[in-house]
Amino acid sequence: MDLELAPEHASFRAGVRELAQGVVQPLAAEVDRDHRFPQEAIDAAAQSGLLGVLIPRRYGGAGLDALAFAICVEELAQACASTAVIVDVHTSVGTEPILLFGDDEQKSRWLPRLATGELLGAFALTEPASGSDAASLTTTARRNGDGYVLNGTKVFITNIGHAGLYVVFARTGPDEKAAGVTAFLVPADARGVRVGQVFHKMGLHGSPTGELILEDVSVPAANRLGAEGQGFMVAMRALDSGRIGISGQALGIGQAAVDETRALMRDRGHEQGDDFTLAEMATRLESARLLAYQAAWLCSRGLPFTRQASMSKLHCTDTAMQVALDALQIAGPEGAASGSPLERHVRDAKALQIYEGSNQVQRIVIARDLLRAG
Amino acid sequence: MDFEFSAEQVAIRDTIRELVQDRVSPRAAEIDQTGEYPKDIEKLFADNGILGIPFPEEYGGISGSSVTICMGIEEIAKACASSSLILAVQALGSYPILVAGSEEQKKRLCPPLASGEKVAAYALSEPDSGSDAAAMKTFAKKHGHEYVLNGTKQFITHGSIAGTLVVFAQTDPGADHRGISAFVLERETSPWSVEKLEHKLGIRGSPTAQIVFQDVKVPAANRLGEEGAGFKIALAVLDRSRPGIGAQALGIAEGAFDYALNYVKERKQFGQPIASFQGIQFMLADMATQIEAARHLVYRAATKADVKAPDLTKVAAMAKLFASDMAMRVTTDCVQLLGGYGYISDYPVERMMRDAKITQIYEGTNQIQRVVIARALLR
Repeated sequence: MDLELAPEHASFRAGVRELAQGVVQPLAAEVDRDHRFPQEAIDAAAQSGLLGVLIPRRYGGAGLDALAFAICVEELAQACASTAVIVDVHTSVGTEPILLFGDDEQKSRWLPRLATGELLGAFALTEPASGSDAASLTTTARRNGDGYVLNGTKVFITNIGHAGLYVVFARTGPDEKAAGVTAFLVPADARGVRVGQVFHKMGLHGSPTGELILEDVSVPAANRLGAEGQGFMVAMRALDSGRIGISGQALGIGQAAVDETRALMRDRGHEQGDDFTLAEMATRLESARLLAYQAAWLCSRGLPFTRQASMSKLHCTDTAMQVALDALQIAGPEGAASGSPLERHVRDAKALQIYEGSNQVQRIVIARDLLRAG
Repeated sequence: MDFEFSAEQVAIRDTIRELVQDRVSPRAAEIDQTGEYPKDIEKLFADNGILGIPFPEEYGGISGSSVTICMGIEEIAKACASSSLILAVQALGSYPILVAGSEEQKKRLCPPLASGEKVAAYALSEPDSGSDAAAMKTFAKKHGHEYVLNGTKQFITHGSIAGTLVVFAQTDPGADHRGISAFVLERETSPWSVEKLEHKLGIRGSPTAQIVFQDVKVPAANRLGEEGAGFKIALAVLDRSRPGIGAQALGIAEGAFDYALNYVKERKQFGQPIASFQGIQFMLADMATQIEAARHLVYRAATKADVKAPDLTKVAAMAKLFASDMAMRVTTDCVQLLGGYGYISDYPVERMMRDAKITQIYEGTNQIQRVVIARALLR
């Protein structure tokens, strides 16, 4: 057992930290206040190769593993949770389905452009009436000659309006449930692709979330990812590793809250009541980090990691929420008022308990895995 | 032990409930989004006697009972926490007069507050004196029949809109907290200036101001109690106001819970309402139990305020601590129950979660409540 980061991971972390603290962090307050897409931060991340962390070198990526990905999102989130989720969604659920399920032609066509950030990726699974019950989605993909015609409305799509490529899940078969779902690569500039409502959210104000409307969108069969009926499996596999990214995002928010609380307590003086809370915050965060890195380690070795990824997402995001609330409580009124990052952390952290499978869904996944026969 | 409300209290509550449903609830989202003080709601409360609840009839009011005040705050907070502060801070800013004022002062200062002609506020905290009130640096110097005030007060709810402001200031700087005195400032004759308004996580329709006194003259007739009695008055006021913050937290939690309960009954996933899943049911059961427990503690504390019970300080702190921690948990879980919809502003629960946080912080942070409770236990 070795709990030390390998030198290549440690130096990767140092590089991301420099970018995150130097370029991303100074934008965070303004991005939140003005509900502005952090374009400079994303450009800088692209320049440093952070949009291609998981993409093999032969397609222009960095060819790194799931642990590096978790570290990348963690460091970005410590600076700005909005920037972190933009990069996270692009990298995991927006790109990984092509890595894992694309054919050679699809990989050569899309991965180099995703690796450089020329295209930002996004993932369109959820629908107004189909959230946790993803298999009940109603967007249709009708066969039409050599291609498909897609119709439907997707909702809560991260990177909406900024993505160049959406991984869209639609129903191709008569099967009502999972077996009828197929994955498609839908370019944002395809005719009939439209951005609907962009939501005003509690937090993550720099990360646009909204509706993707598909009206008679024609895509060639070459844009079908995997076989017909394989889509639900594609989605679930993408979400498994996506949860490692969200864990990293939670760790980053939690670490920022802990560090700001330490600085504030050192500066202001402190008594035992708050000391105990700080100790609890840091302990929970440390346990969450170990769980996340274990899930990433299993994933990068090709071992089963579904249960650990769900445990990690559940524990890391619950921890981020609690730590952010505790940090604000220790700060008091100054933390809730203008200009303090602490109130932002609370607003940002809440999203993490909800997206990429609500924490209720994580419990379902964990319990199902625990109770499986054998 | 009697947890029943009087017929008169129930009638007041029902009136408020109806007004809130018709007039406040439809405004709540807009008040939060614009961050503007809802002058129209203030007028609505004034016109309907709601701002008279904190005052006994002889001073132009309709009640003066802490239980009734809590009922009012709770009802309003179910729909709009910002609006509930219009009543809560009217009570907070008036308690010092009711607790420590002379008969002449009560007769003179209370009627315009009870009628809602004026809004009250309470200025204790300073930039370097939050939980440690005795460290305040606002000074009041006596010159003949008046005092001259200089200093800065921080995080003053309604400090920018109040017509009557109770200010705590040092009159004997060497004497620590025994040198603090309380004054009533009326804006026309003792004008203060507003330095800045905070942009906050929640309660965005309730202005929180930094206010500055620069040679502000206050007649000696507006000093409450003796010189040096201010700290005692401040503590006595907080004993009475903390059940009100508990009631506010309770109302916020109930508003979010009612919304989420309806939602889970209607929202279908996997072919059935999500309320049919045990994981959701257990969350509902825990939330409702916590709300019920908080409700009893809040009204028990309010009852103790009304009968001036000797253990009021401890129980009021417990009510504020428990109800506000409960509200934070419950509203966070209500956002969770609505999933993605809970996180966007088209639905009210994200606002309620942001509003809940302040109840753990103001009128004594929950750390201070624990200090107060422990001190009472160890006395």
